[in-house]
Amino acid sequence: MTIRTKALGLAAAMALPFVAGPALSYELTVPLLTYRTGPYAPSGIPVANAFSDYFTLLNEKYGGIEGAKINYVECETAYNTQQGVECYENVKNMGESGALVINPFSTGITYQLIPKASEDKIPILSMGYGRTSAADGSVFPYVFNLPAHYWSGATVIMKYIADKEGGQANMKGKKVALVYHNSAYGKEPIRTLETIAKDWGYDLMLLPVDHPGQEQKATWLQIRRDRPDWVVMWGWGVMNQVAVKEAASIRYPMDRFIGIWWSGSENDVLPAGKDATGYQAATFNAPGTNFPLIQEILTELYDKGKGAGERDGVGDSLYNRGLLNAVATAEGLRTAIKMHGTVKIRGEQARDGFENLVIDNKRWEELGLGGGFAPEIKIACNNHEGSGAAAIQQWNAETGEWTLVTDWIQPMSDVIQPLLKADAEAYAKENNITPRDCK
Amino acid sequence: MLYRETGQFKTSYPKDQAIFPIAQDKAFILLVLAVAFLAVPPFINDYYAKAILIPFLSYTMAAIGLNILVGYCGQISLGTGGFMAVGAFATYKLMTSFPGLDFALIVILAGFVTAGVGALFGLPSLRIKGFYLAVATLAAQFFLVWLFNKVGWFYNYSPTGQITAPPATSFGVLVTGPEASPAAGYLFCLAFVCVFALVAKNLTRGNIGRQWMAIRDMDIAAELVGVQPLKAKLSAFAVSSFFIGMAGALYFGVWLGAAEPTEAFGINISFLVLFMIIIGGLGSILGSFLGAAFMVLLPIVLKTVMVDGMGLQAVTAKHFEILLLGVLIIFFLIVEPHGLARLWSTVKEKLRLWPFPY
Repeated sequence: MTIRTKALGLAAAMALPFVAGPALSYELTVPLLTYRTGPYAPSGIPVANAFSDYFTLLNEKYGGIEGAKINYVECETAYNTQQGVECYENVKNMGESGALVINPFSTGITYQLIPKASEDKIPILSMGYGRTSAADGSVFPYVFNLPAHYWSGATVIMKYIADKEGGQANMKGKKVALVYHNSAYGKEPIRTLETIAKDWGYDLMLLPVDHPGQEQKATWLQIRRDRPDWVVMWGWGVMNQVAVKEAASIRYPMDRFIGIWWSGSENDVLPAGKDATGYQAATFNAPGTNFPLIQEILTELYDKGKGAGERDGVGDSLYNRGLLNAVATAEGLRTAIKMHGTVKIRGEQARDGFENLVIDNKRWEELGLGGGFAPEIKIACNNHEGSGAAAIQQWNAETGEWTLVTDWIQPMSDVIQPLLKADAEAYAKENNITPRDCK
Repeated sequence: MLYRETGQFKTSYPKDQAIFPIAQDKAFILLVLAVAFLAVPPFINDYYAKAILIPFLSYTMAAIGLNILVGYCGQISLGTGGFMAVGAFATYKLMTSFPGLDFALIVILAGFVTAGVGALFGLPSLRIKGFYLAVATLAAQFFLVWLFNKVGWFYNYSPTGQITAPPATSFGVLVTGPEASPAAGYLFCLAFVCVFALVAKNLTRGNIGRQWMAIRDMDIAAELVGVQPLKAKLSAFAVSSFFIGMAGALYFGVWLGAAEPTEAFGINISFLVLFMIIIGGLGSILGSFLGAAFMVLLPIVLKTVMVDGMGLQAVTAKHFEILLLGVLIIFFLIVEPHGLARLWSTVKEKLRLWPFPY
């Protein structure tokens, strides 16, 4: 093996053929930054499958959106921000339309892309994650975090806890622990919870867990020692299941342990087995397959072997959340096409669609997701979040199912709005942004 | 053939001590620089800038810095990510406290701040060596990231601990923030890397560099011939951290534009930069460039070939990419344990004799 043959071999390996796709009619490019690999893959796979399934269904059965086919592109980030930036730059000019909307599916990547995408005039749909203050559309015209952001989630959970304690007055002197992923994502709710704590008089314990979250012994020992009345969790990926298992091992009462919507999937509770019964999580979508659209996905795709994932995974809470995300994406583009009277939209027009997006209960019915799949969504210039309502779901290990135990709970806007304004204004000031006038 | 030195006589000491004593080398480097400075900017787009060239340049800067410490002075460090964080947070604080300050100056100041911190964490190296020192620098890595996570002042008390680089100019041209043109950011990083690579090259060829190498090769002997370990080791830590701090500034300011300490400056970055210099070549400035290119560009090349070229699914390509990258690292290290830079010099030796090897 001389140097020359090695060099030849290397050259041959590198010089693989490049194939170009045929030119087609106008397609709507919808990328998704996925993570089917890496430590967060268990959380990333169901979401990506739901996206893939919904767009396949739209393309094959309904001819796309308003007659334009969807060019669905996956780019793998492994939940890593640097790779997320590479993916974004890679997909943003794909196809004739260019990326119409970016779903980063990671709070860290969303933070990274907000300035860039706003400059490139591509809307970001960070559904229930990302930067909370992006709900202020006057400072963040291109960012949307419908149907609910983290601060809404935090207030919904606190309202639920107060309700369980028999009212706000009984919260005085209670201890609430926040177990959070030590990143921008996990820190999001801290300020909100602190503000409510001042108001209600409960003590807040902060317990950070470092990426990826395998190691939580110390955290739960502390919980065992201090015995907080409630534990609230902001976790993701493997961190969730470790936390539920640890909670079970110190015999912490599961019905006093509540996760945010990213800590409420089947993957998070199954490893703990029977002990996980009673664990609760916030959610803005109903679990299960009892919805016409999901039945349609099963018969049209999975029965014909076209499904993206395993049949069992359909109807899981993260799958349904991914589906909600895909539906919101498609509806935003549909609104944009109707507004502008042409399918030849680009990111800038797509943004208008998202800003005027309305999915009321009637529209949910039409989409095959009626009967309480998700709260109504209504976006406006000064509100890129919608209602912010969420419900609490509870896990039952016997039946292996999540069930909703509350109706949609409205967030505490009076607490959130001032914090949100302050944060958005600070961002605008730091980055020389003049806020739009939202009439 | 092309690579013959026949007839190139050195008639003075400066000529004999030139960085590129062979005319072909010199011509080639000048050509590369001309292409990089003149031919690339008109054609550069966002993708090439943000996904390929700027990451490559900022990692090169970090690799040069780490190479000074590990490759030239023999002090193993696993704190690169933490020191890059110091550079990045210094940049952020300077940018938000003094808006309007020239960004080039900010990068250099961030380098000085990091040099101070680096020298401080270099103090244990006077007493401990080898793996024990690696553990001490590992502590620096975790302590610094923890500090930036914990103390609100560093991230201006934002609710999430994220820092975002505001728009800043250098000589009147916007280089950071979303509105900066890709060419501006690229040229800014390129200028920095070229100037400081030259500085590093000359430092390592001079008195101080020889002291570092003496310490690396045998510290007791070095001490006996009059090298002061205190001065040599601490200067290596300071200079190395200066470079790494500037790398952190470019990484955060020009490339990412936003960062959170745990994710952007984690231990994985320390390892990545360490792998760069091991694969590129310890104790070689060229090696820093080659190693950074290998670790930054190869994954992207592999991905592009597999996804766009062969039409594989993104996730399959990712699995293959991890596999192939591992295989290639092993392959290159088996072919040449001393790294890519040594491989190149071996090839150069062979080329000199080609086509009549003896």
